[in-house]
Amino acid sequence: MKLNIKELKLMANTIRQDIVKMLVEAKSGHPGGSLGMASVFAVLYFHTMRHDPKTPDWEDRDRMVLSNGHICPVLYATLANAGYFPKSELMSLRKLGSKLQGHPHRGNVPGIENSSGPLGQGVSQAVGMAIVSKREKKSWKVYSVAGDGELNEGQVWEGFMLASKYKLDNLILIIDRNNIQIDGTTDDVLPLEPLADKFRSFGWAVIETAGNDVSSLIKAFTEAQAISGQPIAIIAKTMPGKGVSFMEGRFDWHGKAPTKEQGDLALKELENERKLLEVA
Amino acid sequence: MTIVKKATRDGFGKALLELGEKDSNVWAVTADVSESTRTHWFAEKFPDRFVQVGVAEQNMAGVAAGIASCGKMAFISAFAAFSPGRNFDQIRVSLCYNDLNVKIHGSHAGASVGPDGASHQILEDIALMRALPNMVVVVPADVDEAHQATLAVAQLKGPAYIRTSRENSPVFTKDMGSVFHLGKANVLVEDGDDIVIFACGLQVYEAMEAAKALKQQNINCTVVNIHTIKPIDVETIVKYAKKCGLVLTVEDHQIEGGLGGAVAEVLCEHCPTPMKRVGMRSQFAESGNCSELYKKYGLDAVGIQKGVIEAMKLKR
Repeated sequence: MKLNIKELKLMANTIRQDIVKMLVEAKSGHPGGSLGMASVFAVLYFHTMRHDPKTPDWEDRDRMVLSNGHICPVLYATLANAGYFPKSELMSLRKLGSKLQGHPHRGNVPGIENSSGPLGQGVSQAVGMAIVSKREKKSWKVYSVAGDGELNEGQVWEGFMLASKYKLDNLILIIDRNNIQIDGTTDDVLPLEPLADKFRSFGWAVIETAGNDVSSLIKAFTEAQAISGQPIAIIAKTMPGKGVSFMEGRFDWHGKAPTKEQGDLALKELENERKLLEVA
Repeated sequence: MTIVKKATRDGFGKALLELGEKDSNVWAVTADVSESTRTHWFAEKFPDRFVQVGVAEQNMAGVAAGIASCGKMAFISAFAAFSPGRNFDQIRVSLCYNDLNVKIHGSHAGASVGPDGASHQILEDIALMRALPNMVVVVPADVDEAHQATLAVAQLKGPAYIRTSRENSPVFTKDMGSVFHLGKANVLVEDGDDIVIFACGLQVYEAMEAAKALKQQNINCTVVNIHTIKPIDVETIVKYAKKCGLVLTVEDHQIEGGLGGAVAEVLCEHCPTPMKRVGMRSQFAESGNCSELYKKYGLDAVGIQKGVIEAMKLKR
């Protein structure tokens, strides 16, 4: 299923509304990164990736390895909208007996490639998958999403070196560059800049893009797919809490759920945005 | 008669090579220690299924998880001090929670690694691995058993931990007709019912030697090789604990959480029996050769004899 630009924008909006509803219902979870990455996930699953929701374990599918597992509400909402499982299940997030664990569990949910949560681990798994695809001359690619705060973990840099060693040009890593982590801004907690230079010095190709803009993302992924001989990092500059005025840019919304009232306010804002998108 | 000595890591390496020959789905990953862990035999023959990650054990576990998620069986090999010593979280979540077909080979385990000193002598790895859901833990007693154990865990779909040593140690299980069945302990000496010694790894041979010496003093021991620590053979442990009424455990590991802990848990629930544990007593060892360290820390046949005599005081 390939959506056009207007449809992708609307899909990102739908995903954001689903995230807000899920978190209000769950009463816990991580809205900041989830909302900020809705456009990236909309473009990946409804434009860029080769996958089939009816055959989640199709051998030649592109893999999506979420490394910062705490933003799983955006992945769950995307998978449900893509048809991997009924949307009604989204409201079971974080509840007893639910498939939708607080951090993703492989095997529970169709479309989930890896259990994640402890930061840094998904990146290594993505590297392992890309090695298999390359060695066996398969055409499928590995997309992986990591948070910028996640780059504090040493494990990811071990993975980056290995990806470069094996020239994994079938690995496209999207960094959610939203400048926040739990205790504050990434600049305050542990400065990352110059991030693009760091990746380049590790042998990666770097594409910097606007992570909340559907057209820019399509351009970035198209460019990334054409690169050969090195792994690709897309540094997606995003607004955490995107679309909800009182959450945007604020690190204190990294990991707390909106109340019912806050959720209603957020949905009203997102619904207004949707109306503008529809007439655009 | 001089006994042949070989390192258990060699048994692993030979089995890995055989598995690679039989099954093109078998991969091997190592962290800059391919020769030391005997993964190099596989690497030379199957370079397309070998991954060298460098000194990066956390990444090694994750990369193997990624490989396994593509339907492969991956073996990760490094010194046990660093894998599982350094990458517990990755083993817990990327391997066990994902329930992926990755086998962890931890070589150079225990005080047996000797001169390298306490930083490299991991004495806590059995405890770490034993506590994990979906994990299987095996500690082979000699090179042949390591070979058989590696082939046996390859039959499983999920994660497993194989603990080996660098030290050349007596080769004896084959001559005794001992066959490895995962989860089924082997009774190697059944001389009497004064005490049962449950041992694993290099301590199995030492325990048999101790039993031989004790027989001269009219103390009749049964010696059981608990090569599989998880799932542990409850039936055999309970059977011999009941029969002998006195238990000694012996291991090159801290007495907390390893074989001693595992046996104590079984006995407490199924058949409370007086017992003593021989092992490292919540301490770090030091540099020295293996036999010197085993002597100093009471992990050799003489130490085990002392342990038995100590334990006999518990028996009225």
